[in-house]
Amino acid sequence: MKAKTPSKLEKILAAGHLAVTSECGPPRGSDMEVITEKANLIKDYVDAINITDNQTSVTRMSSLAACIQLKLMGLEPVLQMVTRDRNRIALQSDILGAASFDIHNVLCLSGDHQSFGDCPTGQNVHDIDSMQLIQTVRLMRDQGKFLGGGDIKRPPQMFVGAAANPFADPFEIRVPRLAKKIAAGVEFIQTQCIYNMEKFELWLKIAGDRGLLEKVHILAGVTPFKSAGMAKYMKNRVPGIEVPDELVKRMSDTPKEKQPEEGVKICIEQIQHLKEVEGVRGFHVMAIEWEEMVPGIVKKSGLYPRPSVE
Amino acid sequence: MIVADRKPIEEIIEEVKNYEKILILGCNECVTVCEAGGKKEVGVLASALRMYFLNQGREVKIDEETLERQCDHEYLEEIRDVMDQYDAVVSLACGVGVQFMAEKYHDCPIYPGVDTCFLGATEKRGLWTERCQACGQCILARTGGICPVSRCAKRILNGPCGGSAKGKCEINKEIDCAWELIINRLKALDKLDDYEKIDPIKDWSTDRAGGPRKVVREDVQE
Repeated sequence: MKAKTPSKLEKILAAGHLAVTSECGPPRGSDMEVITEKANLIKDYVDAINITDNQTSVTRMSSLAACIQLKLMGLEPVLQMVTRDRNRIALQSDILGAASFDIHNVLCLSGDHQSFGDCPTGQNVHDIDSMQLIQTVRLMRDQGKFLGGGDIKRPPQMFVGAAANPFADPFEIRVPRLAKKIAAGVEFIQTQCIYNMEKFELWLKIAGDRGLLEKVHILAGVTPFKSAGMAKYMKNRVPGIEVPDELVKRMSDTPKEKQPEEGVKICIEQIQHLKEVEGVRGFHVMAIEWEEMVPGIVKKSGLYPRPSVE
Repeated sequence: MIVADRKPIEEIIEEVKNYEKILILGCNECVTVCEAGGKKEVGVLASALRMYFLNQGREVKIDEETLERQCDHEYLEEIRDVMDQYDAVVSLACGVGVQFMAEKYHDCPIYPGVDTCFLGATEKRGLWTERCQACGQCILARTGGICPVSRCAKRILNGPCGGSAKGKCEINKEIDCAWELIINRLKALDKLDDYEKIDPIKDWSTDRAGGPRKVVREDVQE
């Protein structure tokens, strides 16, 4: 797949390198230092940094503002956009705002329901869904058109991504759903955190059999456990995440003070395993509020140094 | 039908506590079926209010009436002759009935006695669930007869989202994932291939977004 945009992430993938992305959650306040500090911790170990968009529906600094900051630092942001909070006017407007700062990556999401966050009594928008947001960005980029039909002066040049969760139910439509996102125009996928390797590989296999893996770059999502408690929480409380019992047991059987180390070790083993799996084009390392672990994980997984592309 | 639920008695008392002559007005349609505002509930509310005023040592006239419908001029006219006997009405109709009453009897305060909830069905006695949001442009033909606009918490037209687990919605394990229902239904209809058709961006101008709506049928107007 040849690169169609100036996105560094796209170029790295197009050159056949395994890409590495990570993510930073903006602060619950207006101190941009939080972002610059997190970004400085990981910048040499990743190709692009996602900035989450009011994740788990908790109000935070805007993803766009934090992405602009990364851009000003000379880094490569991935603008996450959820369809929960903005209608088609606001989404298109923010896409243009991002494009004006030459932000070249976008991740199209529907977003967690607002009942999980700090404004459970608020409205949700969902004027369009994540599938339709993919179409919208592609329309704006490829045809230089707004949804309303008007022409865009200096259209956005964005590499278009989306999430995929091979572990959500029902499993049988997980590959058709990927096919649907590809048909909508998605170019890269960052998956939900993978713990159940077998199921993930089965999903990839079915996608490969349908010829989908030549049409999209799949970045496998990994998240290190900080503790046995976190492993249990992910297993029992987080919708759409599957943690096999043996991983929970492995964390629980580790003495408390050694658990963070064990969690990182598991994560590195997972990456090393997945590197050999056909169709995996890179990794999305989600070290939730634990960004300082990203350099070690990337290094020990043999993914450092990061390639440079023109 | 329109599904409503009873308002807390304290809230109703707060609204009507200063009146002397109150009419409790029920409706014989949807709110009767969902046991929120029919003749029976009119009686229950009237008794509760009488009890309240008695305890306050006040003599307040509380009358009961239930109309065939409150969303029709014809039935609302039935009480015109008696309306001057009251200084307030508590309507147990849905929001439509309350407003129609207020439009018709302009100088009489009308208070809602129920909360209007949704367009739904009776699953069993005491359990009503939502089925429609009256978006004004029905898509059920494309979704196996199950509506994602009213039954998906994110009204996602190309679902399910990543939060669907074991057939349930991420917001509540009691709520079915609409998209799981749609997929099962498409399977039953042998139309699972239709799942891969991308549903286009919806025109919400026929929904609430387009402003107050009207249906005009000149062919049936007199």
